Amino acid sequence: MVPVEYYLGLSIVLFSLVALGVLILRNAIIIFMSVELMLNSANLTFVAFANQYQLISGQIFVFFVMAVAAAEVAVGLALIVAIFQTKQSIDVDQINLLKG
Amino acid sequence: MLLLEEAVSNGPQLFWLVPWVVFIPVIGLLINIIFGIRLPEKVVGTIASLASGLAFVVAVLLAVSLVSNPEGEVVTLAEWIRIGDFQVRWAFQVDTLSVTMMLLVSGVGTLIHIYSIGYMHEDVRHNGDPKRFRRFFVYMNLFIAAMMILVSSDNYLMLFVGWEGVGLCSYLLIGFWFEKGKDGIGNAVAAKKAMVTNRIGDFGVLLALFFMFWGFGSLDFHTVFEKAPEVAEAAPWIIAAITLAMLLGVTGKSAQIPLYVWLPDAMAGPTPVSALIHAATMVTAGVYLIARSAELYIQVPQVQNVVALVGAATALFAATIAVGQFDIKKVLAYSTVSQLGFMVAAVGMGAFVAGMFHLIAHAFFKGLLFLASGSVIQGVERGHHHVEHDEKLKKTLKGHSHDFDPQDMRNMGGLRHTMKLTFWVYLIGALALAGIFPFAGFWSKDEILLDASLHNQPVFIMLLLAAFLTAFYMTRQVLLVFFGKSRSSAAQYAKESPPTMTIPLIILAFLSTVGGALNLPGLHTFGHWVEETIEHQEAPEFALVIAAIASLVALVAILLGWWLYSRRYNQLQELPSGKRPDDPLRQLLGPVFTALINKWWVDELYQLVILRPYAALSRFLAEQVDWRFWHDWFHEKVIANGYIGLAYFLSDKFDLRVIDGAANGLATVTQRFAGSLRRIQTGYVRNYALSVFLGLVLILAYLFFR
Repeated sequence: MVPVEYYLGLSIVLFSLVALGVLILRNAIIIFMSVELMLNSANLTFVAFANQYQLISGQIFVFFVMAVAAAEVAVGLALIVAIFQTKQSIDVDQINLLKG
Repeated sequence: MLLLEEAVSNGPQLFWLVPWVVFIPVIGLLINIIFGIRLPEKVVGTIASLASGLAFVVAVLLAVSLVSNPEGEVVTLAEWIRIGDFQVRWAFQVDTLSVTMMLLVSGVGTLIHIYSIGYMHEDVRHNGDPKRFRRFFVYMNLFIAAMMILVSSDNYLMLFVGWEGVGLCSYLLIGFWFEKGKDGIGNAVAAKKAMVTNRIGDFGVLLALFFMFWGFGSLDFHTVFEKAPEVAEAAPWIIAAITLAMLLGVTGKSAQIPLYVWLPDAMAGPTPVSALIHAATMVTAGVYLIARSAELYIQVPQVQNVVALVGAATALFAATIAVGQFDIKKVLAYSTVSQLGFMVAAVGMGAFVAGMFHLIAHAFFKGLLFLASGSVIQGVERGHHHVEHDEKLKKTLKGHSHDFDPQDMRNMGGLRHTMKLTFWVYLIGALALAGIFPFAGFWSKDEILLDASLHNQPVFIMLLLAAFLTAFYMTRQVLLVFFGKSRSSAAQYAKESPPTMTIPLIILAFLSTVGGALNLPGLHTFGHWVEETIEHQEAPEFALVIAAIASLVALVAILLGWWLYSRRYNQLQELPSGKRPDDPLRQLLGPVFTALINKWWVDELYQLVILRPYAALSRFLAEQVDWRFWHDWFHEKVIANGYIGLAYFLSDKFDLRVIDGAANGLATVTQRFAGSLRRIQTGYVRNYALSVFLGLVLILAYLFFR
């Protein structure tokens, strides 16, 4: 049996990588994908602990997260399409209407 | 009447009636004010006369009560002022002195009211405003009420209320025809003069009151007189100050030197007013005041001396002026000043009974003379009117002019034929004034002269000279008015007055004849009566020598007057009118007579010495001090400019700099802060994401390391 630390380690590495991706990438689609991966790394942590403590609630939570992520994808992709239609670009650096 | 019988039989106590001597005239005047406008003249006059008459009845009842209880009583009506220990009440003093004055005021007042019904009936028509008839009687009743307050009060403050009240009535009645007189303002000016001159005197009375409050702590007669001896011992100067200040008031109200000048001008009022206020009653208030304050005056003999000298000097001085007057009322006015001088001299010498006795006798005969002169004036006016409205007669008569002074004695003459009754009563009045036996004036004047001869020789000589002049100018007046030929058509056609006027004349003539019986030598009825109130009396016994000297002086004066104004005057009438002097004395005395006609130029002197500098001072104060200093400099420069400067400072420096600066500064600081904050808002999604991430990390770190 793989000890839980390994799962956690993988989860941390994955989360850090995709968080860094969110912070430094400019393509909205990739940022969006990175966010999905962040959710997945969290899911990995959930199932790892659920397995270790033999608790079903962790696994149920993962289902919720996946459901929410699916909904989020629908909204997020719609937003990206809308942005692309107005800006002809999905570079987030060009969407800076909030600049003070 | 029942009241009276009860009064006589039981030794009555009717003192509680005393407030009614004031209330009744007030009720009378209220009735006339409210309903008088709709009432006919006769009713208005009757109401006013009744008001005065009922006051007289009350006074009689009081006198009757005093016979059995001569010490009198103080009737308190209400409390007026109370400040700590000091209190003043509305209280009426019933004693022989006050009741004497009440009897006199209401008695003579009633006769004059009745006379006025007839007199004012014509007067308001001559002057062309019949509606003023009612106003006259309202003022007259008001005067009676005020005079009653004056004589019946039991303290000096209430006395002062009456004192001012009669002054007000005097002012109102002198200015009764305020739109008439010289230049249309002559009467108003005379009224103002009386008011202002009296104010100077009233200032003296007020000062006396203040001193009295200081020295005695009370204004009640009773307290003040009781304390007088001890205060006189401790601080005699206070009593001297009180009495001297009071003397100033007396010179104002009783027309003594130096404040007598208003009284002759007061003749601008209707003649009944001259009789009532300016001869019989109000002007004697000063004499009453001194007699009332006898307890104070006897403490300071030096002041008494001053009073006596002022009185005697006035008596002599005014008598000389009376010799040179041509206006029938002016002669009587100066005669009144002179006779008041006699009274003041008498009370000044401590002869209070003699002074009060002369006051009463004088009220009778001078009231009579004034009323009779009113009758003469209206008689002449009637004659003038008669000629004026008869065109045929007007053409046949020479020298009839429209402008005509019915008071000028040079326009009279021969009136004894046309106005018989007036002539006889006038003659009685004149003889009484001249001091001829057995008329009232003989007895009263003789008593004063007797006292003067015993106490004060200079006063005696001055008074004797004044008595000589008195007899002389009265002879002159009677001869000029009633004897010789008529010197104008108006006098020729003069008509006698109606009974409402002549009946009071007859009554007063009777009183002037027998008035001396009040205080006959040996009996001293009046003396004993007044002694109940004023002690310290020594009644000198009748001295035949003095009486003989006084009578002799009067007779000589009458003979001299007769020689000048009957014999010599008729001779002068023969001369052609251009060279004919209007008065025999003009030839004899020359410039002195001019001085007499011009009243020794006292008015001009006052004008020069007092009024002009006073006006100049007023102008200086008004123009320089008030206008230029206060208004132009102080108000405009100091206050207004200072205020503007302060406002400028506040608006420009304080408001703009400090307040606005604070508000704007706050705004600027906020703006700058916001400006620096806005750099954070880059608008880059990644920056926000980083913020969220860092925030999350911080929160987690906090939770972890907590």
